[in-house]
Amino acid sequence: MSRISLEDVRRTARLARLAVNEEDLNAYQAHFERLLAFVEDVTEAPIEDVKPLAHPLDMTQRLRPDAVTEADRREALQSSAPRAEDGYYLVPRVIE
Amino acid sequence: MLDQSITQLRAALRSREFSARELVQACLKEIEGRDPALNSLIGVAAEQALAAADAADAQLADGDAPDLCGIPLVHKDNFCTEGLATTCGSKMLADFVPAYSATVVERAAQAGAVTVGKANMDEFAMGSSSEHGHFGAVSNPWDTTRVPGGSSGGSAAAVAGGLVPLATGSDTGGSIRQPAAFCGITGIKPSYGRVSRYGLVAYASSLDQAGVLGRSAEDCAWLLQAISGFDPLDSTSIDRPMEDLVAGLDQDLTGLRVGIPKPYWEGIDDNVVASVSAQLEALLAQGATRVDVEMPNAALAVSTYYLIAQAECSSNLSRYDGVRFGYSCDAPKDLTDLYERSRAEGFGEETRRRILVGTFALSSGYYDAYYGKAMRARRLISDDFQAAFEQCDVLLSPTAPTTAFKLQEKETDPIAMYLADVNTVAVNLAGLPALSMPGPQVDGLPVGGQLIGPYFSESRLLAVAHQLQRGTDWHLARPQ
Repeated sequence: MSRISLEDVRRTARLARLAVNEEDLNAYQAHFERLLAFVEDVTEAPIEDVKPLAHPLDMTQRLRPDAVTEADRREALQSSAPRAEDGYYLVPRVIE
Repeated sequence: MLDQSITQLRAALRSREFSARELVQACLKEIEGRDPALNSLIGVAAEQALAAADAADAQLADGDAPDLCGIPLVHKDNFCTEGLATTCGSKMLADFVPAYSATVVERAAQAGAVTVGKANMDEFAMGSSSEHGHFGAVSNPWDTTRVPGGSSGGSAAAVAGGLVPLATGSDTGGSIRQPAAFCGITGIKPSYGRVSRYGLVAYASSLDQAGVLGRSAEDCAWLLQAISGFDPLDSTSIDRPMEDLVAGLDQDLTGLRVGIPKPYWEGIDDNVVASVSAQLEALLAQGATRVDVEMPNAALAVSTYYLIAQAECSSNLSRYDGVRFGYSCDAPKDLTDLYERSRAEGFGEETRRRILVGTFALSSGYYDAYYGKAMRARRLISDDFQAAFEQCDVLLSPTAPTTAFKLQEKETDPIAMYLADVNTVAVNLAGLPALSMPGPQVDGLPVGGQLIGPYFSESRLLAVAHQLQRGTDWHLARPQ
């Protein structure tokens, strides 16, 4: 019995905002199955009592002075946008 | 002149034996002649490089030249270069020209290095063969039917192929060390936080670290020294000065204890084991002692790594939305369609696969079972290293389980590809420094031995490799 359904893959693709063709769903489902079996050595390991390590140096985030450090570079940065006009990013109409 | 070490090139430039312009022209000529067969570069910046070389020549003439003045290099194409396309090997960023440069790029330029091009790579640094890029597969200079390793395969092939003496790379799970091993050169991944990640396109932020590739430990020391050090623009940068790595190459290593981590020598090709054993023998002959160490959780490393890396990648790559920069699909019917199709069309297959698995591992109901569990395993793996370094000063192992495999050999089997990283990923989980250095070749193909050290031991690692290279000639082999 497979533990990952096509609906699971569809739901994940929706969360990731990634369009997936119906014909590719099966291939992704197969990959999920194989990968989740592959990582069973970790997911099945009896290590619930171990404290998670999120960062290699176990450090805390450094704080910086609360001061403006970035210059206004809107024009330079917005020149990379696929569609921009009058300083705005253009997207398909959201409100009819 | 391109066969000379950085120390020799520095001396020749300073004595005006040849000019920086002549050196850069020599690189451009090699690139033109040899790169069509290697595909190691995505972009060549000939005009900018020649202008920078002329500026370097002026500095050299004035006698106030910085350390790497006039030395040519390539940057992996995931380092942002202001005004020069930075593609990350992806259709998503095929036309992206950054408005700023990465700190690594800035510091290399401040040291006088001349950027001649941008190196090819696996898309978004996800891969171990440099076949997964939008700009085509890279070939290994030793055998063009084989992969150069990845993801910094373009950097490694460019250096090994004699196009440039130095290259930058990034290493999230072995992406500097494994291509260095496959291409017969030296490559070092520093401790997490040693080199700024500002302007390095993110893959998995708690694992990514920038580093360098060169033909010897000494060459690597020159470049790593130039790009290291605290950077307020990277919130995970370590505020601790880097030692003088070049001066440290000759440090006294009397009594060096070389740890042999048993699991890292199991399941490895016999010829690779023999080659790295020869490196161990050479170290012992120089006075080192051998210590066998247990690494009881080593087997968990690959699974832990891929769960964490894919989770972090799914988060990092959410920034590509088809709106602010990067690829955008044609005629989107609404905002969701714009996001979903821009991402599906802009990302390649392996990148999409990793985003999906990572999204799943972080999604509600699965987080504890997958990502949470991996973070617990990560501590066990890190603790193994801390225990090992109570018994030894460095660890030695094969860098990769085999020599370079054939192009397309593992392309259709992602998990077989992941296992190529079995000996390199744990180092990133623990944030440790490690390098790969060439051993005796096997059937005309390079082999790499991996040295791993405690936090901030870059200077010692480079010294061990340097002193080994001073007494052996394995790193001097060049492809025909």
